[in-house]
Amino acid sequence: MQEEIFVSGRNIPNIDPSLEVWHWPISVYLFLGGLAAGLLLFAAVVTILNKDKEYPTSVKYASMVPPVALSLGLLALVYDLTHPLYTWQLYTIIRLESPMSWGAWVLLVTTPLSFLWVFSYFSELFPKWNLKFEFLKNFEKFLKKNRKNMAYALVPLSIILGVYTGILLSAFNARPLWNNAILGPLFLTSGLSTAAATIILLAKNAKERHLFGKIDLALIIIELGLIVHMIMGMYAGSEVQLDAMHLLIGGEFTLMFFGFVVILGLIIPGILEAMEIKGYKVPVAIPAILVLIGGLIFRFVMVEAGQITRYLY
Amino acid sequence: MVIDTLKCVGCSDCVVACQTENNVPIGYCRDWITETVNGAYPNVELELKSERCNHCENAPCVRCCPTGASHIIDGGIVLVTGDECIGCGACIESCPYDARYQHPEGYVDKCTFCHHRLEKGQLPACVSVCPTKCMYFGDLDNPNSEVSRLLKNRKWKTLAPEAGTKPHVYYLI
Repeated sequence: MQEEIFVSGRNIPNIDPSLEVWHWPISVYLFLGGLAAGLLLFAAVVTILNKDKEYPTSVKYASMVPPVALSLGLLALVYDLTHPLYTWQLYTIIRLESPMSWGAWVLLVTTPLSFLWVFSYFSELFPKWNLKFEFLKNFEKFLKKNRKNMAYALVPLSIILGVYTGILLSAFNARPLWNNAILGPLFLTSGLSTAAATIILLAKNAKERHLFGKIDLALIIIELGLIVHMIMGMYAGSEVQLDAMHLLIGGEFTLMFFGFVVILGLIIPGILEAMEIKGYKVPVAIPAILVLIGGLIFRFVMVEAGQITRYLY
Repeated sequence: MVIDTLKCVGCSDCVVACQTENNVPIGYCRDWITETVNGAYPNVELELKSERCNHCENAPCVRCCPTGASHIIDGGIVLVTGDECIGCGACIESCPYDARYQHPEGYVDKCTFCHHRLEKGQLPACVSVCPTKCMYFGDLDNPNSEVSRLLKNRKWKTLAPEAGTKPHVYYLI
């Protein structure tokens, strides 16, 4: 048995009991970033496959979400910095070892690209608004012509953005709950799933709703598999990882994780979507909203629980 | 740095000296004392030690820093450049020793081994005030230095070596 008491330094409120330096804006950003990455990937893939006429929501209407989501996400990130006036220091250097550095650079490229993507659909989205200036009209035409090129650029960028939201956490070896390699694919899958749910919510025709219902179901199954993998990996891990896992299983985050993320956010919407595909009448908004809420709570659970876990020595 | 846990009495002089020398804001600290009780009654063992940044060779804080504000200088000391730091907290999350904190002015701060004193040829503040002389500071690359000889002759441990950070604060046991 080992019991450690911290005296002097450690009973100071600003350092102990746990170093919680990342607050709600980080969780919100991870959700919005994953959502935007998923929507951009779907828009790009549909465009590359020349299906943009058949699935207008994924390329056109839903693409209004990423610029807003990324802008709000970036604001949230800057809000959580304690030295925000020095944010520009991120863009004076590229540090490949630091996920946050290349994440910042990818965001710097992807955010304007998401704005340009929406602008290329401007006259279709807002037929009543007239672009006042000739150069804006020409610019829109230019973007329209280059839409496919943008799509080719967006495929790798959005995948990196989606994976980055997970890798950001898994790069920290001092937080055993985060420090597992499956977090990148898990966050990417979760982001894609929330994006598919958004398209289901916004879709106007049944064909598109059905296709993305199927995609979302597949993603939910993959995500459940990845969560099982994560838990198995932790159970086979060292003592610090076992301690980390007990937060999710039989600890203070059990209800949040299994109740709200796994059951309400994945299993129930999965069943509802499967029933809808089979032909039962299910209002598709219900599983879609559940997936979105589950995705948001998942980020909160991972960020909060991860910061409690630490090395014991 | 080498710290003799058998000589340490946990008086916290090192903590106060550091706070005074480095103008550490109230409520924060760069070093601290831990009391560890091992075993069950009646076979118990108490260990007292002063902890701080371990100035790791494979420092995760330096690896995770997105701006390069955290860096290792010649001689192996890990430092933070205040006006390159954006306060993102990545280094705090990556440190297994929780040795860093966000300074109220925004940047991240931690033990510097009193770099400004070393340049003048003085010892770090904590080492210079220790009443039991349980702390030793010196050059580990020099095999004849006091710290090297202590590590050769005594049993020692480092904190959380399983984290893979190769820490440079050694505890004599």
